[in-house]
Formats: sequence, structure tokens, C-alpha cells
Amino acid sequence: MALAIDILSWVLLSLGGVFVFIGGLGALRMPNLYTRIHAASLTDTMAAVLIIGGIMLQAGLTLATIKLAAILLFLLLTSPTASNALASAAILSGVQPDEGPIERGRTSR
Amino acid sequence: MELLGLVYYWAFAILLMIGFYAVIAKSNLIKKLIGLSIFQAAVFLLYITMGKVDGGTAPILQDGVSLYSTPLPQVLILTAIVVGISTTALGLGIVVRIKEEYGSIEEDEIQERDRQ
Amino acid sequence: MIILFGIFLLTLLVITALAIVRSESLFAAVILTGIFSLLMAANFFLLDAADVALTEAAIGAGISTVLFLGALALTGEHERGSSKNRMAALGVVTITTLIVIYATFDKPRLGDPDAPVQQHVGAWYLENTPKLIDIPNAVTAVLGSFRGYDTLGEVFVVFTAGIGVLFLLSARSAGRTEEIDPANVPNRGLRHYLVPRVVGRMLIPFIFLFGLYVQFHGDYGPGGGFQAGAIVAAAVILYALLEGEAEALRVLPLSVLKWLVAGGALLYGAVGVTGMLLGGNFLDYSVLASDPIVGQHIGIILIELGVGITVTGVLLCVFHAFAARGKV
Repeated sequence: MALAIDILSWVLLSLGGVFVFIGGLGALRMPNLYTRIHAASLTDTMAAVLIIGGIMLQAGLTLATIKLAAILLFLLLTSPTASNALASAAILSGVQPDEGPIERGRTSR
Repeated sequence: MELLGLVYYWAFAILLMIGFYAVIAKSNLIKKLIGLSIFQAAVFLLYITMGKVDGGTAPILQDGVSLYSTPLPQVLILTAIVVGISTTALGLGIVVRIKEEYGSIEEDEIQERDRQ
Repeated sequence: MIILFGIFLLTLLVITALAIVRSESLFAAVILTGIFSLLMAANFFLLDAADVALTEAAIGAGISTVLFLGALALTGEHERGSSKNRMAALGVVTITTLIVIYATFDKPRLGDPDAPVQQHVGAWYLENTPKLIDIPNAVTAVLGSFRGYDTLGEVFVVFTAGIGVLFLLSARSAGRTEEIDPANVPNRGLRHYLVPRVVGRMLIPFIFLFGLYVQFHGDYGPGGGFQAGAIVAAAVILYALLEGEAEALRVLPLSVLKWLVAGGALLYGAVGVTGMLLGGNFLDYSVLASDPIVGQHIGIILIELGVGITVTGVLLCVFHAFAARGKV
């Protein structure tokens, strides 16, 4: 039983790490600001849920689990808000979203 | 193992000098202040690194733990962090006033204006 | 094993510091400084310094970024080239780095329990905190009681910085006579950003609650006055960003803030003088109650409260000084 919880938490933590990597790779390689925000927000939500879920399994049924759940709730509330505020600020200061397909070989406009 | 510990002190030396380079070689006043805060953070890293004990834990006394990292460097650095932000705030106030009086925060332009 | 993760964090720190120095956009440099402070806080936590990590995260990554951005809004955002003596500066920096690295070979091994810093006074504090003060957090015990005089000096430094900034930047706000134009949107905060406003107003009471928790739990876990002051100031700054500076000044007017700035330092000094009047030395908490340990508890709670009040007041005064300056 303890072994199963350990393995499950390892799987969750590794998956969370993979999503962080994907988010970071997307934030670097995407062509413009809005797609980059979309990629980076993957780190805030999916990876946060998986990593904190993995740590909660390691902590068992203690006070630390409740604190971690509170931290997860706070993160899930504030990180998408920050992405929304960033995208709103970008629109209002005139950064135009790309229109049309991206040509092969161009990495930014 | 000893080499791994030394990497912390080498990182302190490198960060110290990066911050110091920003203070002496950049002409923008805000960049100098940012470099100063990097310099201070490197010194904090040195003190906290010195306080760590192998197998110890944070100096919050609890049952069942007998080895703690020493609290004295942490107290000094707590004070230092707050003093650092105070001087940064005051420095930023002075930079804003300089911008209003001289019209620029680049060091050479300010000295040029002063010479006139 | 943990040390390897620490080395990874140190590499990120060096890369971030290089990016800060080399970036020409000051806005990017300020945001990178926030990231630098957060990485430094993670590193402090790895090195068993929980209180220091909390303080660095709250003050370095939180408040410092806000202050720099406030100053950037009043000055320029781009750096114009670098100065003439770059080669000489690089030479000096390289030589000094090599000298310091050479000096680090003499340092005691990382984590050595027999290092000189672990003996003498540090060990005495760890032994005597349960006997003389009886609170679990040894850092708060040393900060508040054994080295209370240093903390008094620190509160006065924060106070001095606050009145210094008020002297420099507050003179013009007294003469402001323009009407607030309802169509002039930037004056009204982020009123047209719906999602941050809703979420922010939901979260601000909880941030306050967390600040109070950190303030009063400084005895039992990482926390204390400085961190709590920064967190409460961050809550009010969030409100000022969302609703506009005029609203925030309506909630906490400048007169109240100035009372907070002076009141915290006054509370700290009053605790010290009360110790003298009751027969002990200055800042001697043992005479504040019949049982010396209870007296120590009372003294530490009161002075941490004083510290938290002053730090909140000063950080908010500085923020309002920067925010009011740009409206002419």
C-alpha cells in the first residue's frame, strides 16, 4: 500500500516535470506573445496540479496536506488571472495577435 | 563532497562580482541600484551557507530533532534584507528626484549637465 | 543529494544575474530581479533558513519589484549604452573573482558541525532558548529577545528610510489640484480589467489573514514582523492597483499611514522603557510579568507587532509617494 502510494506520487511528480518542460519549451519556441502566454500557462495549471498532487500523496493525511491543498487552490485562482491580465495588457498596448498561418521558417514577426 | 560545498562559495564570488560590475560599469542609475541588490543577495548567500549543518534542520525547536543549523547568521541576514530594501527605496527616491531635476538618469549626461 | 539541487539553483542564479546585467530594457531587468530573489529564497530554504527564505520571497521578490516598477514609471524604461571604462571594470571584476575563489579554499566544509560558527554563541542560543524564552522558533527568540537591541536599530532604519522618501517625494502631492476625470481611465486603477478585479477583491481578505497569521505565528514557525508587514503592504498595494490610488488612500489615508510608521517604532521603544520603569534594564522583558518566561512572550509579541506596523506603514508610504508623483 505504501509502495503503491510512493509509485503513484513518483508518477505524478514526473508527469508534472514533463509538463513544466513542455510549458517552458513552448514559451521559448512559440512565435508570438499570445501563444507564448498560452504555453506558459500550462506550467501554472496542469503542472501545478500534478506536482502538488504528488507531494500531497507523499505527505499523507497530515496538516501539511491541507496546507498544500490551500496553496493549490490559491495557485489555480491567481495564475490564470495573471495570464489574463498579461494578455489584456498586451491587447490594450497594441500588440497585435497574428493572423493567418505561420510560414515555414519564420520564428517571429 | 567537499568540492560540492565549495561550489556555493564560488557562486557567491561570481554573483558578488556580477553585481559589482553592474554598479561600476553601467551608467544608468537604476541599473546600478539593481546591481547593488544583486551584490547584497550574494552576501546573504555566503552567510546562510556558512550556517548550514549536515543532517540538521531549520532552527525551529521540536521534539525528536537534535541537530539544528545555527540561528545566528539567519538573524543577521533577516536584518540585512530589511535594511537592504530600505536603502533601495531611499535610493529609488533619489533617482526619481534626479530625473526630475536633470532630465536624465544616465551618469555621463548628469555629469555633463553639472559641468555647465 | 539536496546539494545537487542547490547547485542547479545556483546555476540558474548566475544565469539570471548575467541576464539582468546584460539586458538593455530596464523593465525586463526588474522582472528578472524578482525571479532572482525567488530563486535565492528557494536556495535559502534548501540551506535550512526558513525565516530568511520567507523574508527574501516577501520583500525581495514582492515589494522590491513593486518599488522598482514604481520608480521605472517615473524615469525612463530603456538604458542607453554603457559607460566608457568597461574594459577596466571587467579586469577589476575578474581579478577580484579569482582572489575570492582562491580565498574560499580556506573555508570550512559546507555543513561541518565543527565549524567555528556552530560553536560559541550560536550553540549557547540554541541551548538557552527553551530554558529562558521557551518558544520553538529560535530565530525569533534571538531576533526579538537576545538581540532585541539590533532589531530596534533595524526598525529605526526602516523608519528613517520611510521619512527620507517622504521628504524627497511628497512635496508635490500637497499642491495637486486637478479634478479626477472619470474618462481618464489610468487614474482609476484597473477598472476595465474585469477578471483581475474580481479575483483580486476575492483574494485580498485572505492575503490580510495570511499576513496576520505570519505575524502572530512568528514564535512557532517561520514568520514575524518583517514578513507580515510586507505581506499586509502587498495586500493594500494590490487593492491600490485594482481600484486606483485614490480609493486606496480613502481606505488608508496618509495620516493613518504616518501614524503607523511612527507608532510601530514608538511601541518598540515603549516596551523597552517599560522594562526600565519596572526595574529591569532597557528591553528587558523578564520584568514585564510575574513569571519571567511569560514576560518574554509578552515582550516578543509586542515588539514583533511594532515591527510589523512600522514595516507596513513605511512600505505603503513609499508606494504612495511613488504613485502620487506621476500625476501632474
